[in-house]
Amino acid sequence: MIRLQSLRKITQRRDTSLIILIVLLLAVVTMRAPGFVSADNIQRIVNDTSILVMVSLGQFFVILAGGIDLSVGSVIGLSGMAAAMTNQYYPGIPAVVVLLIGVGVGLVLGLINGVVVAYGKVPAIITTLGTLSIYRGLTFVLSKGQWVTAHEMTDSYMRLPHGNLFGISNLIWWGVLVSVLMFYFSGYTRRGREIYAIGGNKVAAKFVGVSEQKIYMIIFTLSGMLGGLAGVLWTSRYAAAVNETASGFELQTVAACVIGGVSIAGGSGAVPGVILGALFLGIINNALPVINLSPFYQLFIQGAIVLGAMLINTVSERRREQELLKGRQR
Amino acid sequence: MQQADRQPKQELVNISRLIDENSLKEKLILLFTKWEVLLGILLVFEFILFSNLSPYFLDYFNLMNSTFNFMEKAIMALPMIYIIMSGDIDISIASIIALSSFAMGYAASMGMDVAGIILIGLAAGTLAGMFNGFFVTILKMPAIAVTLATQSLFRGVSQAVLGDQAYTEYPKSMAFLGQGYVGDTLIPFELVIFLFLAAVMGFILHKTRYGRKLYAIGSSREAARFAGINVSRIRFINFTLMGLFCGIAAVLLTSRIGSTRPNIALGWDMEVITLVVLGGVSISGGKGNLFGVIMAIFLLGYLKFGMGLINLSAKVMVITTGLLLVIAVLLPGFLDGVKARRKLKSQQMASTL
Repeated sequence: MIRLQSLRKITQRRDTSLIILIVLLLAVVTMRAPGFVSADNIQRIVNDTSILVMVSLGQFFVILAGGIDLSVGSVIGLSGMAAAMTNQYYPGIPAVVVLLIGVGVGLVLGLINGVVVAYGKVPAIITTLGTLSIYRGLTFVLSKGQWVTAHEMTDSYMRLPHGNLFGISNLIWWGVLVSVLMFYFSGYTRRGREIYAIGGNKVAAKFVGVSEQKIYMIIFTLSGMLGGLAGVLWTSRYAAAVNETASGFELQTVAACVIGGVSIAGGSGAVPGVILGALFLGIINNALPVINLSPFYQLFIQGAIVLGAMLINTVSERRREQELLKGRQR
Repeated sequence: MQQADRQPKQELVNISRLIDENSLKEKLILLFTKWEVLLGILLVFEFILFSNLSPYFLDYFNLMNSTFNFMEKAIMALPMIYIIMSGDIDISIASIIALSSFAMGYAASMGMDVAGIILIGLAAGTLAGMFNGFFVTILKMPAIAVTLATQSLFRGVSQAVLGDQAYTEYPKSMAFLGQGYVGDTLIPFELVIFLFLAAVMGFILHKTRYGRKLYAIGSSREAARFAGINVSRIRFINFTLMGLFCGIAAVLLTSRIGSTRPNIALGWDMEVITLVVLGGVSISGGKGNLFGVIMAIFLLGYLKFGMGLINLSAKVMVITTGLLLVIAVLLPGFLDGVKARRKLKSQQMASTL
C-alpha cells in the first residue's frame, strides 16, 4: 500500500508526467516520420529550444513572485538590435564584450520594469504591456527601420552560438549554463527561496522580513538580463537583427512555464518543469512540418496547449487543496 | 502638544486657514487634481499645440474624418471599463476582432447577404467573449491567464485557415457601416454609433443597479459577495458584453477596410486598455467613470491624428501610447499621495488646535 502511494506520488509530479508525455509525443511523431528521433535531430531540437529555455526561466521567476513579464519579446528585440549594431559599427570590439553589452541593455530594460513595479506600484501586467510597445518602438527608432544582416556581422560574433564544444553547440551549452545557475538560484539561495515566499503569501513573507520591493527588482532585472543574453544569441544565431525579432515570444515563455506546472497565481513551480515545458513546445514546433501541418497552425496549437495546461494546473491545485482540507478534518 | 504650545498662536491660525477645506484655494486644488479636469486641460493644450504646428488640424472636415481611425477602439473601450472596473482584464480583444472578422469573411465567401454577415460577426464575437467568461467565472481561472491563452487561440483560428491569404470579397452595400456619413452631413456613421453605445453603457454604469454592483465588486469582491451580489454572473456578463462589442467593432472595421487578414487589429489590446486606464479607471478596480474615458479617447485619438499631420512616424506613436499607459497608472497614485498628505496635515492641525 505504501509502495503504491509513493508510486502514485511520482506519477503525479509534473516532471514525471511531462517526461512521459514527451516520450509519447516523440513516439507518435516517429510513427509518421521514422527519422525524427535520431541523435542528430534531437540535438537540433534542443538547439532550437535553448533560447526559449533561457527566457522562460526568467519569466518563471516573475510568475513565481505573482507577476508576469510581457515585455520579454521586446527586450530580446531591442538588446539584440543594440548588440548587432555595436558589432556592425565597431567590428573591432571583441564578441564577448558585445555579448556583455547586450546583456547590459537587457539589464537596464529589466531594471526599468522593476522600478515601475516595485516603487511606482503599477501592476506588472500593465507595466510590461506598456514597455512591450515602448521597447519595440525604441528598436525601430534605434535601427531607423534597417536590418543588420549576415555580411555586416563579424565571424566571431556569429560564432557565439554556432561554435562547438565536445560536439555540442555553444548555444546548448549556454542553455545548460543558465539552467544550472537558475536551478541553484531557485532552490539553494536565500533570494531564491524569498521569491517562493513572496509568491506563496505576500503578507506572511513581509512579516518574516522579506522585502517585496527588493524581490520585484531582482526578478525583473533577472528576466531582462536573460532577455538580453537571448537577444544577442538570437541575432547571432540567425545572422540577422530585424525589427520584429522575437515579437510574440512572451506567450511562448509563459506557455513553457504553465506547461511546466508553474501556477500563474504565483508561489509554486520549479526550474526542471519549466525546462521540460520549453522542450515540449520545441518538439511540437519541430514536429509540425514533419507531420504535414502548416506552420500557420502553430499559434492555434500553442493557445490550445496553454489553455489545456492551465486547466490541468487549476484542477490539480484544487484537488490538492481538498486533500489538505480532508487531512485537517481528520 | 509641547511643540504646539511653543509656536506663536497667530502662525497656527494662519496655517489652519491655509488648509481650510472650504477655502477657494483648496477647492481649486481639489478640482484641478480631478482626473477628468486634467484630461480636459490636456485636450485644450493639445488643440492649441497642433493648430499652431499644422494649419490642417483645426478643420471641421479633418476633425470629423479622423474619428474614423479610433472609433472602433473607442467602442471596445466601453465594456473594457466594466471589465477593469470589476478587477478583471481582457487581453484577447484584438484576437476576438480577428476571429469575428474571419467569421464574417467566411460567411461572405459562402455568399451570405449583408444582414447574415453582420449577424455572424456579432455572434462570433459574443461566443468568444462567453468562452473567456466561462473559463474565468465557472472554472475560476485568472482572467489574465485565460485571455493570454485565448489571445493566440482566437487569432490562431484565423491564421490556421487563412495562412497568408485574405478575404477581400464583401458586398458593396456593407461599406456604409464603416465608411458612410449620416445623411448629407460630415458626421461619420461610426461616430454616431459610438455616441449611442456610450450613452447606453454610461447609463448602465452610472444609473442602474448593475453599475453600482460593478463598483462594489471592484472595491472588494469578497464584500460584494457577502452583500448578496452574484459576482460570477456579473463578471460573466462583462466578458460576454466585451465579446459582443468586439463583434460590433469587427463589423465596422471589416466594413471600413474591406478585407480580413489574420493580423487584423494586431496590438489593439494595449491601445484599448490604455484608453480606459488613461480615462481614470483604476486597474485595481472600483474607481473611474465614463466621462474620463471619453475624454481619453478623444485626447489619444487626436494626439495620433496631430502627430501624423506633423510627420511623426507610427513607431513614435506606439512609444507614446506605451508611455501614456504607464504614466496614467503612475500618476493617480502620486496624486492620491499628495491629497492624502494634505488631509493628514489638516487633521494634525485640527488635533493640535
